[in-house]
Amino acid sequence: MIHPIPSGTRDVLPDEMRELRAITERLRDVFNEADYGEVYTPALEYEAVVTRGELAGVRPAYRVFDENGNVLVLRSDMTVPIARVVATRYPTAEPPLRFCYFAHSYRGVRPQRGQPREFLQAGLELIGAAAPRGTAEALTVLCRSLDAVGLARYRVGLGDATLYPALLESLGVAAADCERLLEALARGDFVGLEHGLRELETDEESIRLLLAVPQLRGGADVLHGPPGPVADAVAGLRAVHALLDADVAEHVIFDLGLSRLPGYYTGAVFEVYDPALGMPLGGGGRYDNLLGEFGRSLPAVGFALEVDRLHLALAAEERL
Amino acid sequence: MSSTNGLVIAVPRGALFEPTLAWLGELGIETDELRSNERKLLFRDLGLITMRPSDVPTYVAAGAADLGITGKDVLMEQTDSALPGVGRDVYELVDLGFGRCMMVLATTDGADPAAEALRRLGVVRVATKYPRIAARYFEATGRQVEIIEVKGSVELAPLTGLVEAIVDLTASGKTLRENHLVVREEIAVCTARLIANPVAHKLKAAAIDELLERARAA
Repeated sequence: MIHPIPSGTRDVLPDEMRELRAITERLRDVFNEADYGEVYTPALEYEAVVTRGELAGVRPAYRVFDENGNVLVLRSDMTVPIARVVATRYPTAEPPLRFCYFAHSYRGVRPQRGQPREFLQAGLELIGAAAPRGTAEALTVLCRSLDAVGLARYRVGLGDATLYPALLESLGVAAADCERLLEALARGDFVGLEHGLRELETDEESIRLLLAVPQLRGGADVLHGPPGPVADAVAGLRAVHALLDADVAEHVIFDLGLSRLPGYYTGAVFEVYDPALGMPLGGGGRYDNLLGEFGRSLPAVGFALEVDRLHLALAAEERL
Repeated sequence: MSSTNGLVIAVPRGALFEPTLAWLGELGIETDELRSNERKLLFRDLGLITMRPSDVPTYVAAGAADLGITGKDVLMEQTDSALPGVGRDVYELVDLGFGRCMMVLATTDGADPAAEALRRLGVVRVATKYPRIAARYFEATGRQVEIIEVKGSVELAPLTGLVEAIVDLTASGKTLRENHLVVREEIAVCTARLIANPVAHKLKAAAIDELLERARAA
């Protein structure tokens, strides 16, 4: 008898499980070594709790009612639940706090695409460590983790979520237009971005700047190019870069066009690439305002890696 | 290194084939072999692969090609706006300008049967090869619609009474006129777009930027 399972979900059998387990064990060793304590939180949360504030994360895709009529959601990431844990369980603990996790999260899928509804993330959150030192620590553990997994050719793209909004604001673009333009940038729709900019009736020089900045990506030399309005964000990236050891820095590429969803990022953002795979392996960034939404205002940074994608990239690198 | 800077470019067969080869030619990329060999799909030495336009985003999204050329109509149809922010499949880098077509709503000529159906039946039946574009357009304009997806000649559907209207791509309007159909509404202008795999856009930045530089200079 064949019994179906929902699209976007899958069974893992022993041969694959052994390989996945080997990856997560190596990650766990690195996280332990760096003093990150492992936590687990419920897959189900109250919707009212995880969507509080203006800084909502990825909108949860699955909702159920409990016996009292409360709306429960399946978590869409681990960052928001850990923010809740910090505010609730560690209201007075001396920061910094270091947590790591290996947990499944749940997101909606596009029809006709092989995207998972349920996926295993391995990640960490560093709470109460401000930029640039906290960011540099997270990037260092990230690179050590990818080294330990056995990936040789990965790169970490490093950008700043405030860079493009600051640039738009400095050029006097109205808030309503900013939202539309940032959305085009987040989609990677550079044609839409240009069309949107042309409609603003701003001067040609500003348009050229607004089109050129998100295309600046590569080695540390891109941090020397861009002028005035983005200087703060770029100085922040330079400060992070200066704190990285050489064996970490050699994996970092700078990307002034990098913008990441969800919308709670407030500074440095990063994304992990491997030439063997057409999609990012994971990513993260600073979210200095999220903890405040839960009543314990602390700067924070974190990242999450998708274990299945690490596995795919590892398999593909082995074939090369 | 080949003139594609070691990049793999997905080239669409069909109406966009010739203008795409002309554009690649302007960049100094060798394309004669593609013209002379219609059955061959993979030109590894040239860094080019050929396929249906609607498959281009699939290959580029998966990283099987670094860059690709396809119509905006294909990109619009394959984007699901209901789930914003779920994955960025491909980057849309450049409006190449060629392959210009119009996505239109058309009906038989004379009194508008779509307006009549909406008024009396509350819903209009629309045949199309672009179900998502059609559904989004009717939703955005506040009208109820029943989408009927067809694979072949869409013009047949309103002539046989299957539907009151069609949503389709038209270049010159000739096929519509020959079937006594008229354009009632223009939905979007569609031109060819250069798309990129997001990871390739980061990791092969120098190669891609150099190619775009050549395109601007051409």
